Amino acid sequence: MNKKQKKMLTRIIIAAVLMIAFKVISAFVNIPTVILFIMYMVPYLVIGYDILRKAVKGILNKQVFDENFLMAVATVGAIIIALVDDGDFTEAIAVMLFYQIGELFQNIAVGKSRKNISELMDIRPDYANIEVDGKLEQVDPDEVEVGTIIVVQPGEKVPIDGIIEEGNTTLNTSALTGESLPRQAKAGDEVISGCINMSGVLKIRTTKEFGESTVSKILDLVENASSKKSRSENFISKFAKIYTPAVCYGALALAIIPPLVSMIFLGISPQWGMWIYRALTFLVISCPCALVISIPLSFFAGIGGASNQGVLVKGSSYLEALAETNIVVFDKTGTMTQGVFEVSGVYNNTIDKDELIKYAAFAESYSTHPISKSLQKAYGSDIDKTLVTDVEEISGEGVKANVSGHEVAAGNRKLMRRLGLEYAECKEVGTQVHVAVDGVYAGLILISDLLKPHAKQAIEELKKAGVHKTVMLTGDAKNVADAVAKELNIDAVYSELLPADKVSKVEELLDQKKPKEKLAFVGDGINDAPVLSRADIGIAMGALGSDAAIEAADIVLMDDDPLKISKAIKISRKCLRIVYENIYFAIGVKLICLVLGALGIANMWVAIFADVGVMVIAVINAIRALFVKNL
Amino acid sequence: MKKTYKIDVDCANCANKMEDAAKNTAGVKDATVNFMALKMIVEFEEGQDPKAVMQDVLKNCKKVEDDCEIYL
Repeated sequence: MNKKQKKMLTRIIIAAVLMIAFKVISAFVNIPTVILFIMYMVPYLVIGYDILRKAVKGILNKQVFDENFLMAVATVGAIIIALVDDGDFTEAIAVMLFYQIGELFQNIAVGKSRKNISELMDIRPDYANIEVDGKLEQVDPDEVEVGTIIVVQPGEKVPIDGIIEEGNTTLNTSALTGESLPRQAKAGDEVISGCINMSGVLKIRTTKEFGESTVSKILDLVENASSKKSRSENFISKFAKIYTPAVCYGALALAIIPPLVSMIFLGISPQWGMWIYRALTFLVISCPCALVISIPLSFFAGIGGASNQGVLVKGSSYLEALAETNIVVFDKTGTMTQGVFEVSGVYNNTIDKDELIKYAAFAESYSTHPISKSLQKAYGSDIDKTLVTDVEEISGEGVKANVSGHEVAAGNRKLMRRLGLEYAECKEVGTQVHVAVDGVYAGLILISDLLKPHAKQAIEELKKAGVHKTVMLTGDAKNVADAVAKELNIDAVYSELLPADKVSKVEELLDQKKPKEKLAFVGDGINDAPVLSRADIGIAMGALGSDAAIEAADIVLMDDDPLKISKAIKISRKCLRIVYENIYFAIGVKLICLVLGALGIANMWVAIFADVGVMVIAVINAIRALFVKNL
Repeated sequence: MKKTYKIDVDCANCANKMEDAAKNTAGVKDATVNFMALKMIVEFEEGQDPKAVMQDVLKNCKKVEDDCEIYL
């Protein structure tokens, strides 16, 4: 508890003790009402002075209808009735007391979850170690320049992205990815900030500034989440704006109309006291706190719980949209397959196999596409890029280049057709890279990609989670795409698409779906940023270190496990279920109590329990959104 | 231009009120208050001095919710 909360607790205790003491005394001793009034004013003011002050200030600032006003009017009214009718002053004090207990509870609960969630995301490194004259010195990571050698000791966080110069270790990436399996790292490997170094001492040459490092980017994203508010949140703030004045006028009507009607038309006694009392009860019940606090709290807890599982959600509106997702569109490479390609064979070659791979590897040496990487890997030795000139990339087809004097073309059959060359295909499943040297077809290299271990299970889980349509888009050849889709049980597959085709395909799917359905696109962030932003919800996976994907996506999966997609959907559904539970529960109970209050069945005690009790239950329910580990 | 400020406020409804007050301040294009993160994100109109505008934002927020603070 902080200072403010402790002060409030003291006030609550003092007021409660005084109230009970006076009640006991007045039961034994006959005290005149006026004296009682003065006695009871002490605990009333102790507990309620700030509410009264705020209510007055609100009126002065033309901000009349808020909960302070409601509480002030209700309790002052109850005291006046007690004074006139010789009634019970404890009611007014109890209302104020329970209201304050509720506020205190809410304050503590919100503070706790705020702290919990920021601890979950506590990946901010406080310092970086730099070796100066053989001694380690701790410096502010912001001041470390690119290319500096930093030392990370076992148990410390890697503060800045870089490449390991010296040392072997295992890295714990769980704070970033939710993945508990440690990752091995050795000299030459890239490391990203936010990982915890578990075993050996590492010397890392930084490749980025702190502000540009993974950890800063993620923190920025998480901390600025929920700048986009969800429909439910907007509904609640609009609701509160209309609701409070509406209830105030309702209470006024309840206090005036029935007595007037009974006096003028029915000719019976107006019973002003009873109706005013009912109107005041009405005011106490009406306080909208439960709704106003529990909805943002649910979203906040949901986003916090998700980020603990390696699912970063950029705002509550996306969490809401994700919960409504029933069409999921995947990119194939890197999403469903590992994107680690390997040369699995050479077919129809007219020149030596190694020679063929060499030409292809050289021609593709400027590309960072996984295919070209696998060619370079198959070639084995370093590539002297000076031998490669006149590189011309033809998007969606391949590459043409001059490799030590030979015109080399490497790509798919579209490229061969464009060049007017005869080509032969093989029956194996995989990506076929056709190679032509000096205008003569030289053979094809087969490169295949492996499915991710959880890919099949991921699709099953998605279907279980209520996704009724799964679609795969790929630039890859039809036979490869069809084989993968069949293996994974994906409903529809569109292959041989250029990056631009993917956008139009997604647009087509968006047009076909029913207005209430939501379409999510899952990609690995390479080349698919336009699609990510076009879909209702863009999910980027394996996004560690990929800035473009983090920018473009609405939801970022920190590791590249496709099972996380269904997990993210489940988290969002749980969160939204809680949000709706709270909306229906709070509004429902209030409406019932309002009716009971108007009929005179519920007295002020019931009213205050309805108000505070609903709030406490709603807050506890909201915090449940944080626990998503076992979904 | 967008800037983020740390704020202190006790209740969610008051945070909503602060958001409205900030939105209606001259020179502010849009504003969001995130009660859970205790942050206010303000988007200023072209050519406005954030410091001067924020003084007005603070004044307007104090008007609707006496018990709030914006750390400028």
